[in-house]
Amino acid sequence: MNILTVIKQVPDSNAAIKVKGDASGIETAGLKQVCDPFDEFGVELAIQLREKRGDVEDIAVICLGGDKASEAMRTALAMGADRAIHINDPKFESMNELFAAYTIAEAIKKDEQNYDLIVCGKYNIDLDSGAVGPALAEFLDWPHVGAVTGLEIADDGKSFTARRRIEGAEEIVECTLPALLTIEKGLVEPRYPSLPNLMKAKKKPVQVLTSAELPGVEASTAGTHLDSMTPPPPRPECKMIEGEPEEMARELVRLLREEAKVV
Amino acid sequence: MASNILVYVEQRGGNIYPATFQLMHVAAELASKTGGQVEACVIGSGIAGLADKIAACGAKKVYLADDAEFESYRVMPYASALSAAIDAASPKTVLMPTTALGRDLASRVGARKRAALVIDCTEVDADGEDLIATTPMYCGKVSSKFRLTGDRLQMVTIRSNVYPAAEPADGATAETVSVAAALRAEDTRLSLKEIVSTTSGVKDVTEADIVVSGGRALKSEENFKIICDLAEVLDGAVGASRAACDAGYQPHTRQVGLTGKVVTPAMYIACGIDGAIQHLAGMRGSKVIVAVNTKAEAPIFKLANYGCVIDLFVLVPLLTQEFKKLLER
Ligand SMILES: Cc1cc2nc3c(=O)[nH]c(=O)nc-3n(C[C@H](O)[C@H](O)[C@H](O)COP(=O)(O)OP(=O)(O)OC[C@H]3O[C@@H](n4cnc5c(N)ncnc54)[C@H](O)[C@@H]3O)c2cc1C
Repeated sequence: MNILTVIKQVPDSNAAIKVKGDASGIETAGLKQVCDPFDEFGVELAIQLREKRGDVEDIAVICLGGDKASEAMRTALAMGADRAIHINDPKFESMNELFAAYTIAEAIKKDEQNYDLIVCGKYNIDLDSGAVGPALAEFLDWPHVGAVTGLEIADDGKSFTARRRIEGAEEIVECTLPALLTIEKGLVEPRYPSLPNLMKAKKKPVQVLTSAELPGVEASTAGTHLDSMTPPPPRPECKMIEGEPEEMARELVRLLREEAKVV
Repeated sequence: MASNILVYVEQRGGNIYPATFQLMHVAAELASKTGGQVEACVIGSGIAGLADKIAACGAKKVYLADDAEFESYRVMPYASALSAAIDAASPKTVLMPTTALGRDLASRVGARKRAALVIDCTEVDADGEDLIATTPMYCGKVSSKFRLTGDRLQMVTIRSNVYPAAEPADGATAETVSVAAALRAEDTRLSLKEIVSTTSGVKDVTEADIVVSGGRALKSEENFKIICDLAEVLDGAVGASRAACDAGYQPHTRQVGLTGKVVTPAMYIACGIDGAIQHLAGMRGSKVIVAVNTKAEAPIFKLANYGCVIDLFVLVPLLTQEFKKLLER
């Protein structure tokens, strides 16, 4: 079984985000960036499958991003992936997730390896959209299961049963391989890469793909352009409610009914 | 030039997902600007009866993919059916809910149709041929406006509860058009075995108008009872911070935040939750936020409309009593 995990380098969720003066994007100078935590779930899943099963031959990670994204790849390699494919070309830098998925699909089609399973995070914490996984599956004409919280792959490696989270319920689905999964929190807990493994990761192979290797990407999906970025609208000042506990409760309930009108 | 707005009607077992009616409201607003009409698409089995309900909320034409194959949601058959409906309707814009299904289907169909796509919008507006879609990014720290050009199909999913629901009008009817299910063998590689409810009778956090959440301060599963009691009187749902879920006080299905669920209720009551940026990412879109915390400097108060600096174990039971008095009257 060969597994490909899709990863992305994103700003750390704790980092303060500053919008550029002209509202065209965010300031990236000095911004702490990490491998997306949802993508780490995907990498961890691949490694656990290798540990559990005897038949996982190849674990590759594929990453679309600029030079900085090599840090995310190093995290994944240090966690246990065997090799990385880095799609790195300024032409491919875009906030359009369908374009990203198309680019990754083209890279996968060109790859000599035949993958049985592609794993992505449920979504990335920068754009918070989750379109890449399903769109990638679509471009490959593969089935996909989104927001997976449970997974049982058959011993013969030909099919699997997955649980996925939907509003108020979980679906249990059966599907054949090859397939693409997007991983929800809770399926696996990502391991911390050890220092020796971080050192070893430096020696693992990284294949770089540019627009020269992916000529097909020109005819891509466009049509979504960023107009502006702003901090979210400010929230009104917090009204602090004072007094003895009983008074406080009474006053809060009164305000919620008479002022906020939510009860 | 296409000018119609197509609303995807999400249904499970013949029940229309409530946010659909909010999409109908948005569709009417957009259609008044584009000069087109509101249309809808329903996929399922035995769902023809839903057309009237949708017509009452403003749809002039309803595309029905009604077939035993569509009994339960499977992404590939549904993607094929929605694509077929889009081919038949040639809309300018397709509106879908931001749900597990909506995210899934919009991404696949968006890719298939080479559409311009934005997921999880909190605002959409027409600008000439273009559609301007606003969506939160970077854990809600930034709000981005995307321009979806009019030279291709525009698809967006819209966050629940940011728009009001369309008011149903009596007696309105819609033309219905049936959409054939041309499935390929490849479309059935995935099958649904079972749907297991994870809410066991209580509301899911994403669907409730009121969410009462507890954090690490609750200290145990048993102590969460006071949070559940308050949620019950308010007919709301129970949420929790990641710290509370990781400690096992509440199941992960109730976690609110970046790695949990994004909720946009009319009221969010945060009890003993500090307000870490990753938690705020999941609830900052709530209309009214109430914070109960012993620490006046807790960051949750920066977002809250109403704040109480007090021990939650003292205040929450009192609140439950007060609401009971108010609501039982
Ligand atoms: C990648 C990533 C993703 C994450 N995703 C999420 C997520 O989805 N959701 C999420 O919630 N977190 C998430 N976190 C974790 C987040 O950073 C915080 O650690 C977490 O939200 C803290 O939970 P808490 O507020 O309950 O606990 P604490 O930070 O421990 O805060 C407890 C609060 O309770 C108050 N308190 C204590 N006793 C009382 C009392 N008796 N009465 C009233 N108040 C009291 C304290 O003053 C304090 O403010 C994520 C972190 C990372 C790195």
